[in-house]
Amino acid sequence: MLDKLMNIDRRIVFILVALAVIIPTKLSVNLPISVSEPTQQLYDYIDNLEADSTIMIAFNYGPAGLPELHPMGRAVLKQCFDKDVRVIGVTLAPDAPTLANTLMEEIAQESGAMAGEDYVFLGYRPGGALVMLGMGTSIAGVFENDYNGTALAEIPIMENITNYDQISLLVDFASGSTTEQWINYANTQYNLQIASGVTGVIIAQMYPFLQTGQLVGLIAGISGAAEYERLIDAPAKGMKWINIESFVHLLIVGLVILGNIAFFIRNRQEE
Amino acid sequence: MEIFGIWLAAFLTLCIYSFLYRDNPFYRFAEYLFIGISVGYYIVIYIHQGFIPFAWEPFWAAVKPFWPGIPREAGWIGLIKLIPIALGLLFFGGLSPRHTWLIRYPSAVLVGFGSGISIPLMLRTFIFEQTRGTVEPFAAINAGTLSPWGILEAILMLIGVACTLTYFFFSVEHRGPVKWLSKVGIAFLMIGFGAAFGNTVMGRVALLIQRIDFLLNDWIGMIMDWLGSIF
Repeated sequence: MLDKLMNIDRRIVFILVALAVIIPTKLSVNLPISVSEPTQQLYDYIDNLEADSTIMIAFNYGPAGLPELHPMGRAVLKQCFDKDVRVIGVTLAPDAPTLANTLMEEIAQESGAMAGEDYVFLGYRPGGALVMLGMGTSIAGVFENDYNGTALAEIPIMENITNYDQISLLVDFASGSTTEQWINYANTQYNLQIASGVTGVIIAQMYPFLQTGQLVGLIAGISGAAEYERLIDAPAKGMKWINIESFVHLLIVGLVILGNIAFFIRNRQEE
Repeated sequence: MEIFGIWLAAFLTLCIYSFLYRDNPFYRFAEYLFIGISVGYYIVIYIHQGFIPFAWEPFWAAVKPFWPGIPREAGWIGLIKLIPIALGLLFFGGLSPRHTWLIRYPSAVLVGFGSGISIPLMLRTFIFEQTRGTVEPFAAINAGTLSPWGILEAILMLIGVACTLTYFFFSVEHRGPVKWLSKVGIAFLMIGFGAAFGNTVMGRVALLIQRIDFLLNDWIGMIMDWLGSIF
């Protein structure tokens, strides 16, 4: 029995995980969601911004980060548009422009925000840190046109925007190390306030920056997205998926405990 | 077109997941298709967003005044733009074993420029600010403005930082008190790795949920709607 448990076919585990996803998807279970402090901090920061303030959102993820970062991007954009906070979208990831532009247009349409007046997507520029540093001096010097090719001088939202001095907050949705770069090159150098929404893999790296105040808020993975959807009272994929996620986590915790029990019993028997 | 896209995405998703059973031609097909499309996409992006605006257009602007039949406007000063382009071209020296040494020049510029910008900022961001963050709560303790929970957090953090740094301090042999401090450091490291692992599991499961959500609702949902319209 013990040997069978220790040598369980990995495909059985895959089937169990698949079932743990499929069954709750069909049952539509709703578990309670409590809001963590870092998520609340970002929500409060944006909520306290005056109408007609401008924030910059950096969509630094491709299709692989979409399941975790799109729901939080959707929620933050919705909060901004509902509060009449203007949004400038940029990306430093070559595979992000289409995703980011589609998302901004979709939420703007839902919220009645006008392209060019309430939001603009500037698109992608290569260079990473150089783009971050360059925008500190002149955004138009880095992005001459927006994503659709319109010159920045002709876009109403950009009329009074020269550099980071006119930006109230930068929110970085990241599946890589860009948040640390934004902190390094935009916060430390130009004192731009930074917040972040990140994938699960890099959440732990972000907490030291929260503690020092280098980040004003943090949306942590799919659970953070669900919390944000709860805060803006707009349940969507984040809240739906975190419920399913909880069942998978229960299964994984159960399997880890089972594996450890079997491991210790076998060790004792061998002794 | 949208229907075709959903079918294609569903087929490729199933091809990739078929690897969970075992390696097979369907998985290989999807894998190679993904790599091929990714490489093609990135090449086009880098040509349009990198090569053309930052190499080709400056090059053309620099040499245009010297092109036969075009009136001279800019002059010799425009040729300065050729220096960074030439430096960039030296990277291609790596293609020939005899000329690999040419890479040293652009590399030296990149490293020098990068270090000049990054080192002062990195010291502030990752060393000074983090050190301030570690000791600052003790000023609040001294002022009596920190809650008991905050005091515990501050003490734990200081212990964690000191012990973890001790673990990575190899100039002293890890014996006696140093050994115990580094062992506590290992415990803090393990807690950190555990948190990172847990969050990674959460992220990976989110990817699975999104794909299954797509298969169940978008793909099978579309098939069911189609069947419903027939019967």
